[in-house]
Amino acid sequence: MTTETGQPGGDPTEAIPTEASPAAPMPAAPAASNWAAPVSRLAVGVVPTDALNLNVAGRRLAGPVQGFGQLWQKTYRVRLTGADVTPAAVIRTWKEHFGDFWPKGNHFYGPLTSLQPGEVALLNLALPGKMTLSTGVLVIFADDESFAFMTPEGHQFASFITFSSYADDGVAVVQIQALLRASDPLYELSMPIVAQRTEDRFWNDTLWALAASFGAADVTVEMERVCVDHRRQWRYAGNIRQNAAIRTALYKLTHPRAWFHHSGDA
Amino acid sequence: MTTTTTIEVRRLSPSASSIIIHGDITSGTEPALMDACAQASDDATRSIVLDFSDLAYLNSGGIGLLVTLLVRVQRQGQRLLAFGLSEHYRQIFELTRLDDAIGIHDSEAAALVAAGA
Repeated sequence: MTTETGQPGGDPTEAIPTEASPAAPMPAAPAASNWAAPVSRLAVGVVPTDALNLNVAGRRLAGPVQGFGQLWQKTYRVRLTGADVTPAAVIRTWKEHFGDFWPKGNHFYGPLTSLQPGEVALLNLALPGKMTLSTGVLVIFADDESFAFMTPEGHQFASFITFSSYADDGVAVVQIQALLRASDPLYELSMPIVAQRTEDRFWNDTLWALAASFGAADVTVEMERVCVDHRRQWRYAGNIRQNAAIRTALYKLTHPRAWFHHSGDA
Repeated sequence: MTTTTTIEVRRLSPSASSIIIHGDITSGTEPALMDACAQASDDATRSIVLDFSDLAYLNSGGIGLLVTLLVRVQRQGQRLLAFGLSEHYRQIFELTRLDDAIGIHDSEAAALVAAGA
């Protein structure tokens, strides 16, 4: 029995070569350097003094397999109508200025040049009540038309998130696709109340800012949310020990000087 | 750019089937891979073995697709195993910690032994 990509409704017994989906652009050739090398524990490089550097160094990566909550696939997409830009140029700019497109109050402390596989970025994220969540990401993959992050233990989501761009009818389309589980039961409790909406607003605003930077017209961000697995992985309930929100809050309570680090108001 | 991915399904034993991937695994491979999973599964199937011997390319979308496949296989009460990964792709499984949930083996025979099939 054989099946082919791009033939979801086709006869599975026929092997007919097809073009790849435009949503899945192919590189010219596979390159080992597109992927980060395996890491057992994360290490953080030099970060600015105003950054809150917690919950990343020494942590292991945790993807959807290691998360607690329901598994969600979330897709955010925007067409850069009217912008004279190629997908490769979009990705090049995005990798060089990733944090510049984030909503105000959130900080991405990444490399000064461009995101590369294997680099660790520190995140200071704004939470309600002027609270800050200090966590990070590892760049696990990067090529000319996409790049991807994986989260460390303690991050609110155990996830892979891929940022890509492709051409559709001569227009560059930019897409963010996340595959995530809430890392622990506390984060899972917050999903229907706060976390889903916060996440959606965050990436919606990011794509708006990115599209605006290229001069796109009539910007509309499409969002899709699919629950891939309704089950919760109770064997990972103990992830709550690493909860970065709790740990950041405790740190700030016991270190008053940390209140003057970025706290959602920058 | 044109790409071709061909996926075959083969019965290995009464309780195990293999899905053989020739070419690339990306998010665009999803319909074909899920179709192959359906073909590989029946009431007697307890293990599905992914044959990556002819894998040409895997990107981050493909890793996400393998997570989705894993969920589907587990929901059916089956195990997911793999063999034929080059050292490069083994490292990607290690990096992404997919090897926590997908048993990686050196050969089809070793995967079948691990599956008890």
